[in-house]
Amino acid sequence: MSLTLYCHHCRGKRPLSDFVYGEIPKVPDSLTDPVERDLDRGFMHDNVEGVVVERWFCHGGCHRWITVRRDTRNDTVLSPET
Amino acid sequence: MNEYVERKVTFTWSEPRSSYDVVIVGGGGHGLATAYYLATRHGITNVAVLERGYIGGGNSGRNTTVIRSNYGIPEAVRFYQRSVELYEGLEEETDRFLMHDKKGLLWLAHTEMGARAERARAEVNTAFGAKTEYVEPAQIKEICPQIDLTGNGKWPVVGASYHSGGATARHDRVVWALAEGAMNRGVHVHQRTTVTGLVKDGERVVGVATDRGTIGAGTVLSATGGWVTRLAEMAGLRLPIRSHPLQAFVTNHYELQFPSLLSSGDLLFYVSQTARGEMLMGAELDPQPSYSTRAGHPFIQSCAQRAITLLPFLRDLRVLRQWTGICDMSPDYSPIMGTTGVDGFLVTTGWGTWGFKAIPAGGEQMAELIATDETPELIAPFSLDRFARDRTLADRGSSGTH
Ligand SMILES: Cc1cc2nc3c(=O)[nH]c(=O)nc-3n(C[C@H](O)[C@H](O)[C@H](O)COP(=O)(O)OP(=O)(O)OC[C@H]3O[C@@H](n4cnc5c(N)ncnc54)[C@H](O)[C@@H]3O)c2cc1C
Ligand SMILES: [Zn+2]
Repeated sequence: MSLTLYCHHCRGKRPLSDFVYGEIPKVPDSLTDPVERDLDRGFMHDNVEGVVVERWFCHGGCHRWITVRRDTRNDTVLSPET
Repeated sequence: MNEYVERKVTFTWSEPRSSYDVVIVGGGGHGLATAYYLATRHGITNVAVLERGYIGGGNSGRNTTVIRSNYGIPEAVRFYQRSVELYEGLEEETDRFLMHDKKGLLWLAHTEMGARAERARAEVNTAFGAKTEYVEPAQIKEICPQIDLTGNGKWPVVGASYHSGGATARHDRVVWALAEGAMNRGVHVHQRTTVTGLVKDGERVVGVATDRGTIGAGTVLSATGGWVTRLAEMAGLRLPIRSHPLQAFVTNHYELQFPSLLSSGDLLFYVSQTARGEMLMGAELDPQPSYSTRAGHPFIQSCAQRAITLLPFLRDLRVLRQWTGICDMSPDYSPIMGTTGVDGFLVTTGWGTWGFKAIPAGGEQMAELIATDETPELIAPFSLDRFARDRTLADRGSSGTH
């Protein structure tokens, strides 16, 4: 993997090792029981094979979060462009 | 097993039937082992293994083949010890040379904290049947003369646990032996057959849709490695799994013998020597969930740098190849085996970066569950509902990435 991400806050293009991954947890609306919703939020994942929207923390730069669109089938970053 | 004359592996291919008692999705080690033990231990042979590519083309043919049972929690030690023992008898049982090589494993400690953890590992291992003892630096040097005990001045080796049960085996040979053994007893293995959906009758799973037509099934087992979430979605099930790439690489031939397996939890890498003399290395997962098997230079760079800290001779070797597999990571670093709450649909997953060693015991236990309809005691703690029951089996430190 040699992913590169672009941080628009500090205008830095950096290797992935400069960022920390942050998932945006999603609990399906179909789950209504509060206990089941907690369980889902705690443990379950969509584990998408396709385009995801996710957060990355700019650890090697400005210490702010960026939002990235990535295709998990081939690790292509769709936005922001590098 | 060095005096044997090798026969060619004989696979018997057949056309798919319209239905089977058991359909196993995924022709990796776990799927094939389950079929093998169904046939050999329970006489259940109306079984199909459906593999979308070729058998062993997933992680079972991409791993670094470390076999060990030196885990950190009783449930895991007992389970993996069973697998270590089954591996020890597998060559004889299948009459196949699997290049099983019991070479022992050193797990290094670089700090007082680390030393305490390795002492604790030795204790829990001994208590639950695995062969592990705590060793001092002088003994480490005896087992592995190449090691720089000062860790290049930065990572001094203060002690280690030595797991004499640590071993390796040739991964494709394991896969082929299990496939051959199952097929010889009547099990069907269908390669280039992708499962695209599950057939349900009410709430019960009664078959699979494939790109070669629909196949009925009394029971469907998903043994699909990093793709398990797709199968679970077909069953209407959510899983605590994320798929992460894991990379490894080998160097060219090292002319001396490197006798044992070596791991460092603090430096997050492990190394062994292959039968061809290459030095085989692995480290941590890629941080992003992904299905991309692209391998990259940053991994080699960081892994090699850490490895050279302890093994300066590696500096003179060259990288030959690197590769990547997609790992089904569970949140507690323990596997997930058994029933799912969806009738007729079972999973064996959460094998992450550590499931090669578990192939025989995982297959044996899943076969028993399918044959008897009862969850064997050895794998009961690893059921999917442990997350809802607040009985997770956190074992991160000892899972390592191998
Ligand atoms: C680099 C690396 C190093 C590793 N090192 C070690 C180690 O040293 N020791 C250890 O114990 N473990 C190790 N592992 C982990 C180990 O390889 C895996 O846990 C183990 O091989 C999992 O076996 P499996 O049968 O569950 O999955 P796999 O072998 O991945 O098999 C799953 C199969 O399912 C098929 N499939 C998926 N979806 C479908 C579908 N819809 N229809 C049909 N077929 C489908 C795939 O094609 C694949 O062949 C390592 C893994 C990697 C990647
Ligand atoms: Zn930044």
